[in-house]
Amino acid sequence: MKPFKFDFIILPVFGLLLVLAFWHAIAGKKIAITNATGAIVEEKRVGLIPALPNVIETWQSSRPYLVEPFAKRGEMDQGILRFTWYSLILVAKGYALALLIGTPVGFLLGLSPTFAKMFDPLIQILRPVSPLAWLPLGLVLFLGAGKEAGTWGALFTIAICSMWPTVLNTAVGVRAVPQDYLNVGRVLKLSPWKTLTKILLPATLPYMFTGFRLSLGIAWLVIVAAEMLTGRPGVGGFLWQEYNSLIYEHIILSILTIGLVGFVLDRLMGLVERRFKTA
Amino acid sequence: MPFLELTNVSKNFGANSVLAGVSLTLERGEFVAIVGYSGSGKTTLISLIAGLTLPDSGTVRLNGREITAPGPDRGVVFQNYSLLPWLTVAENIALAVAQVFPNYTPAQTAEHVARFIAMVSLTPHAAKLPRQLSGGQRQRVSVARALAMDPQILLLDEPLSALDALTRAVLQAEIAQIWERDHKTVVLITNDVDEALLLADRIIPLTPGPGATLGESVAVTLARPRDRKALNHDPEFKRLRAHITTQLLGYSARRQSTVTRNLILPDILPEDLDAPRVTRRPLRPHELKQLQVASSE
Repeated sequence: MKPFKFDFIILPVFGLLLVLAFWHAIAGKKIAITNATGAIVEEKRVGLIPALPNVIETWQSSRPYLVEPFAKRGEMDQGILRFTWYSLILVAKGYALALLIGTPVGFLLGLSPTFAKMFDPLIQILRPVSPLAWLPLGLVLFLGAGKEAGTWGALFTIAICSMWPTVLNTAVGVRAVPQDYLNVGRVLKLSPWKTLTKILLPATLPYMFTGFRLSLGIAWLVIVAAEMLTGRPGVGGFLWQEYNSLIYEHIILSILTIGLVGFVLDRLMGLVERRFKTA
Repeated sequence: MPFLELTNVSKNFGANSVLAGVSLTLERGEFVAIVGYSGSGKTTLISLIAGLTLPDSGTVRLNGREITAPGPDRGVVFQNYSLLPWLTVAENIALAVAQVFPNYTPAQTAEHVARFIAMVSLTPHAAKLPRQLSGGQRQRVSVARALAMDPQILLLDEPLSALDALTRAVLQAEIAQIWERDHKTVVLITNDVDEALLLADRIIPLTPGPGATLGESVAVTLARPRDRKALNHDPEFKRLRAHITTQLLGYSARRQSTVTRNLILPDILPEDLDAPRVTRRPLRPHELKQLQVASSE
């Protein structure tokens, strides 16, 4: 198709409408069966997937959470942005932990062939493990923390799951530092610390930020699993609770929120990444 | 005692002998050019003097002391500039200056850096990043960085080979000018005989590898400062140029004679586009060879 004016906004909106229409078509609808006098005998849901709330129901049910995004009506009944905020704080902590551990480990892997040979197989084995598998281990590890065990377990899970892209990208970046730059360091007789800060770190930065960006995506992915299993207030916890309370509209609300926030986070990280492009 | 002395230096990479039995002596203040084909081990030779690689046998001595590691007493100008792309021109040079003169105050360092940027006439570009500079300007920064370390010897590894001919001529003149000022000891690696004749006191051809070694050195007795335009008509210049070129070409003739396998050149007659298209399976290489054999019989 030929590009036209505002196609960058019209086409995505059109795509969105198509998907909404499809969703509405397969979703269920509440109908009331009346008797001859007009009194309601029975209410039931009909449609291809009767239990799936349709677009209008979802909107109506989500309205209080959207129009008062920061309201706090109860522990598990809060505005959607307030829930998002809780989740973001937890993610930020876990992600910070992942970067603090992942970056140095990545440098070690990149710098020392011995270290890489020792730990590379282990990393390749641990990397594909699902957050759902790590969380119980996290809870066990922090059993001693009592009430806080859930928080620490969630942090542990986020950190260990989102660490790998940072570790691997940093390692690749360190190995990819051009020999020319290192030769400059050798001719100048830079100390190891100066070689690290003046040459290795700046040369690796673009790779590191690619890792950071991927890690952030994973950290946000893990939050739902972590909150579901620990029952913490947050978008993921809210999702799971509303599933158990049979308010299916809020599942969709949560999914859309998680997706949007993830998108925004990735874009923000992309901006930061572009700022730090060196070479 | 000679200033720089290479005795019977050999270097192999795996089973390949790159340099074999290289011996070279340099006096202080001498400008020596080593001329050779690309791939003949010139960069390896510079790396050995710089200490970036160590010889497999033989020794490299500077001022009587054996070279075992790189150091700022040997300023290297790399073929590909090797500037750190995240530092500005001034920062690139300042990094070197801070390393060699650790006792300088920040003001002294800045002054020192500014002096050497001015020497290569890049003062307006001091705050720019290397990627904002042209190739010639980058190489100037690289020269300024090497000079700012006040090295005992300057190693130039084909510094101008990546530049266009005009920029090259300008930078050659600049290098000659800078050398006139303080007569540093210089080893220039180049594949350009004219460049060597314009700059050097002595030219040493490097025989092509594998197992490259230095040929007979030729003293360049042309008076300085050498003017490129005048030189073109100088009989001595012509004689030296012919002499060195013949020597190098002689090596190349010998090198060519070592080719044992005859190469079959591909048949590159253009396709006749007017001819009607026949959809036919393209021939496999071995079928082509059979065709050739058949047609040559």
